Amino acid sequence: MSRRALGTAVAVAALLTACGGNSNNTGSKPRTITVFAAASLTNAFAAEAAAYTKQSGVHVRFSFAGSQDLVAQLNQGAPADAVATADTATLGKLTVHLSGATTLFARNRLVIVTAPGNPKHIRSAADLAKPSVVVVLAAPTVPAGKYAVKALQAAHVTVHPKSLEDNVRGVLTKVELGEADAGIVYVTDAQSAGAKVGTVALPTSPIATYPAAAVDAAGQGFVDFLTSPAGQAILARFGFLPPR
Amino acid sequence: MTRTRPPLSLTTAAVAGAAFLLLPLVSLADRTPWHSLPHLLTTTSAVTALRLSLECSLGALALSLVVGVPLAWLLARVDFRGKSVLRAAVTLPLVLPPVVGGVALLLAFGRHGVIPLSLAFTTWGAILAEAFVALPFLVLAVEGALLGIDERYDDVAATLGSGTTRTFFRVTLPMVLPALAAGSALAWARALGEFGATITFAGNLPGSTQTLPLDVYLTLQNDPDAAVALSTLLLALSLVVLVAMRSRWRLTR
Repeated sequence: MSRRALGTAVAVAALLTACGGNSNNTGSKPRTITVFAAASLTNAFAAEAAAYTKQSGVHVRFSFAGSQDLVAQLNQGAPADAVATADTATLGKLTVHLSGATTLFARNRLVIVTAPGNPKHIRSAADLAKPSVVVVLAAPTVPAGKYAVKALQAAHVTVHPKSLEDNVRGVLTKVELGEADAGIVYVTDAQSAGAKVGTVALPTSPIATYPAAAVDAAGQGFVDFLTSPAGQAILARFGFLPPR
Repeated sequence: MTRTRPPLSLTTAAVAGAAFLLLPLVSLADRTPWHSLPHLLTTTSAVTALRLSLECSLGALALSLVVGVPLAWLLARVDFRGKSVLRAAVTLPLVLPPVVGGVALLLAFGRHGVIPLSLAFTTWGAILAEAFVALPFLVLAVEGALLGIDERYDDVAATLGSGTTRTFFRVTLPMVLPALAAGSALAWARALGEFGATITFAGNLPGSTQTLPLDVYLTLQNDPDAAVALSTLLLALSLVVLVAMRSRWRLTR
């Protein structure tokens, strides 16, 4: 009796497993695509996805993380239809085959974020070197961290950060929570935080370029949408600069 | 051996379960670059992370012992209102996602926390995060052992003129020593492997808060071989704990 019950359970489980997997790909066109995107694109891409779904009927789900993390996951075989990173060098480390050409769809700049009202009176990159200022940066493996190192070098400032976050949104969160006095994030991140942070210009910031590429045919539509007038208007609304 | 043969279906499922648990570990050993292991594990960053991990996990264990043993005693020996609530609260970090624990620690002990200790981004913060997830293992092991020994030993000690505190240290504690050792080993191993609460609460800085698991996670993004080597080291440390505790384990049952 119990053996039969168990046998039935195993059979049911096997059947469920067999039915799982590709339930999306019943039609000729998949109804849901997966896009791996840099953490700094979190808010803008949510809006891009909504507009793209309205236009094409294709739903988009995201995995947001540091660009280097996304590329590592893809190289380990993570399934994605398209990928968008915060610099071209990181995307260049991708070893999986891409179905389409790499498209630059946006640019961005870095900015210093502080607690609201800037209680530590940070006026320039030089103030980040003060021992009394708790600074958090993105790790040097993260594009935002790499850009921040370049910006600080260009400003001839040596900063001793208290933490190296694994994506740029981690930096923003630590400043928003008040755990850090200042951090370096993208202009777009600062804009998304609104009044929860103050900003100080970082004139030595390099320009970050955002490339996207389709991993398979299903992802190409979304990549194309990013450079369409509608897609560009959304990116501009979130503070991104046009690709050129 | 006159027992009936175990049913085939159960055996099959059990073997599948064992394979599910063991295969990833075997794969890790298989993919370990053994010949370059000495080199990969003696890089400055690996040594720094290992030393920090040992410091933090032992610190977390010490903290757990100092507050965990009295907590276990309270739960096992004292009757008070809300005891079941306290026991549930003590068990909570076992099932709570560690990242949630990290957020909670920030709100409690961060710069603008309820008790603003400014522990974020410090080694103390990493120790606190590890103790938060490790403490329940110690408390549950010791409480279980305390419940299993007869309270009359305490009564006898009292009639012989021993004070309560002295009775606890001279009579009660020695009797639960095996459970204390087992609980300590589990708590230490859990502290050593802590990731989510640490990266959320203490941040990630080599030499200060970047423990081995954090190092593994970040290294995997640009040097998978080194990450596998570090993972193997953590696996070996965990195995050593288990093997060392195996004999103790039996005593607690």
